[in-house]
Amino acid sequence: MSHTTTVERVTVIATESLSKRFPRVTALDRLSVDIAPGVTGLVGANGAGKSTLIKILLGLSPASEGRASVLGLDVARDGSAIRESVGYMPEHDCLPPDVSATEFVVHMARMSGLPPSAARERTADTLRHVGLYEERYRPMGGYSTGMKQRVKLAQALVHDPRLVLLDEPTNGLDPVGRDEMLGLIRRVHTDFGISVLVTSHLLGELERTCDHVVVIDGGKLLRSSSTSDFTQATASLAVEVTDTSDHPDGTRALRTALDRAGLTVQPAGRGADGSPGSDHVLLVDVAGEKTYDTVRDAIADLGLGLVRMEQRRHRIAEIFRSDDEDTEAADVPDTPDAAGAPDGTSGPGSPASASAHGNGGAVDAA
Amino acid sequence: MPPETVTKQRADVIHNIGYRHYEGPRLGRAYARRSLFSQSLRGAYGLGRSAKSKVAPMLLFAVMCLPAAIIVAVAIATAADELPVKYTRYAIMLQAVIGLYTASQAPQAVSRDLRFKTVPLYFSRPIETMDYVVAKFAAMASALFILTGAPLLILYVGALLAKLDFADQTKGFGQGLVSVALLSLLFAGISLVVAALTPRRGFGVAAVIALLTISYGAVSVVQAIAWDQGNTDSVSWIGLFSPITIIDGVQTAFLGATSSFPGGVGPGTGTGLLYVLVLLGLIAGSYGLLMRRYRKVGL
Repeated sequence: MSHTTTVERVTVIATESLSKRFPRVTALDRLSVDIAPGVTGLVGANGAGKSTLIKILLGLSPASEGRASVLGLDVARDGSAIRESVGYMPEHDCLPPDVSATEFVVHMARMSGLPPSAARERTADTLRHVGLYEERYRPMGGYSTGMKQRVKLAQALVHDPRLVLLDEPTNGLDPVGRDEMLGLIRRVHTDFGISVLVTSHLLGELERTCDHVVVIDGGKLLRSSSTSDFTQATASLAVEVTDTSDHPDGTRALRTALDRAGLTVQPAGRGADGSPGSDHVLLVDVAGEKTYDTVRDAIADLGLGLVRMEQRRHRIAEIFRSDDEDTEAADVPDTPDAAGAPDGTSGPGSPASASAHGNGGAVDAA
Repeated sequence: MPPETVTKQRADVIHNIGYRHYEGPRLGRAYARRSLFSQSLRGAYGLGRSAKSKVAPMLLFAVMCLPAAIIVAVAIATAADELPVKYTRYAIMLQAVIGLYTASQAPQAVSRDLRFKTVPLYFSRPIETMDYVVAKFAAMASALFILTGAPLLILYVGALLAKLDFADQTKGFGQGLVSVALLSLLFAGISLVVAALTPRRGFGVAAVIALLTISYGAVSVVQAIAWDQGNTDSVSWIGLFSPITIIDGVQTAFLGATSSFPGGVGPGTGTGLLYVLVLLGLIAGSYGLLMRRYRKVGL
């Protein structure tokens, strides 16, 4: 018993040169990855193999070759047992409009094997946890996209799984809804203790939510490392200032001043999640505690108004971009990997990794 | 128990905001299949659905039972020595009602899940394709059996109240039940296959009605022509080409029914066996086609 617990503690999902070939396309190509408990982001463009991987992990589609296990259970043999302790939230709409959220989630709880009374009790709890209150008795046809996404999440959580697979949970949400959903996903792990595998084609939003990010492209593993690896070494300070009559372009004046003070400054450009208005934001590399004082003094000397000054980690996408620029065709995937996941890319220093990185950028832009 | 755990649990209770894990039983595949069955069966009568969706099935159920009640009332009032309608004949007489019910509820059972893409949610749970198909098939057949069996029960109870011969009535009732059970399986299978082809409920309804009425209409016309030309042999052969005439043939050959074919020339035992084979083949074939259909739907 203690043995299995140990195994499960180390990995929730493990794949070993997992391949899936269809007559015309190869959806997964010798993918080997270990995913530890926590929130893991699975990033890839449309058609990168994310959905195929999820299908295989749920034991619904046999792999062409290789092996995969979820929660220590083999996907080829124990599909039913896996699906009992795994939750799945599909990307597409899946809610019948003429039943209420409560009825629907109760039914889904029973479909997961919960006895009727437990199904009702867990439904009430889960809907409350995802933030659905009085409206849960109304037919779901009248729900907003945000509410529908919450119901979809609730039906994936209602049977108290040990792992949930969330397929593009932020699709179609406005920025506020997106933030709420990401916060909720974070809580699924921190408060509920359920491991999460969340797919997205946006790197930026996973950065805030995930402990670990796995990037796949064309069915191949591109990179697997902890989010802190992506962002840690590059803490920076975002500074936004007003313009004054003395300095009609306050941002530029500040930049010059900071350059003179010996700090590395660059304009923020567009945020990785497409956040607008970044032209007036400067990113200052934090060299130490003194950096903050220098920035403050520089602004005060110029007499500019400080709109904001916030600590910001570099976006994952930026790391990708700089990788592209700095190390052309180099074997990028050998980043130190906290979880010890093997880098199952096609081969060392292959040209594929460079082109794949180009795709990484495209993924972000998508 | 380590003390921290206890404190944590207590804190959960006080604030009542914490997440509670589920430690209870998980009843697995068979239970999930039963749950899907009962949900679908209830749904076939609009239970657990909106008030509007209860109207059609309940109305048809009433229409189905009303003639039986009238027949029974007449039989009791006139102190008849037998029921004016045989148990096996009742479903054939009211086949239009059964057809309407089938057409309205079969798409409800399967098209909705396809249209609103709920199917992947089912298959992400412990059940397998087979469980889904079996549950839906059984639910639809049971719903039809309730629809066709209830009036027979009314007839039987009425016959006993009218003090008709117990042995005769029980035998007739039993034969009637077997016949409507076969009819339920056949209609459920065919209608589900048709309905599962389209996510559009309207198309499903139209297709099932068309299939049932056109096949019956065509078979009746051709049978009438054959009868007219004195070709009595072919009358019973032609009956193999529509669902309701297959049931008619089977019950005429084996369940003591009087055929509603022209001239009452139902199949004999030899042709009757063929009828049974076709009937069972159609039921099994429907099941096979549904399995194939849902293997593809998946996620």
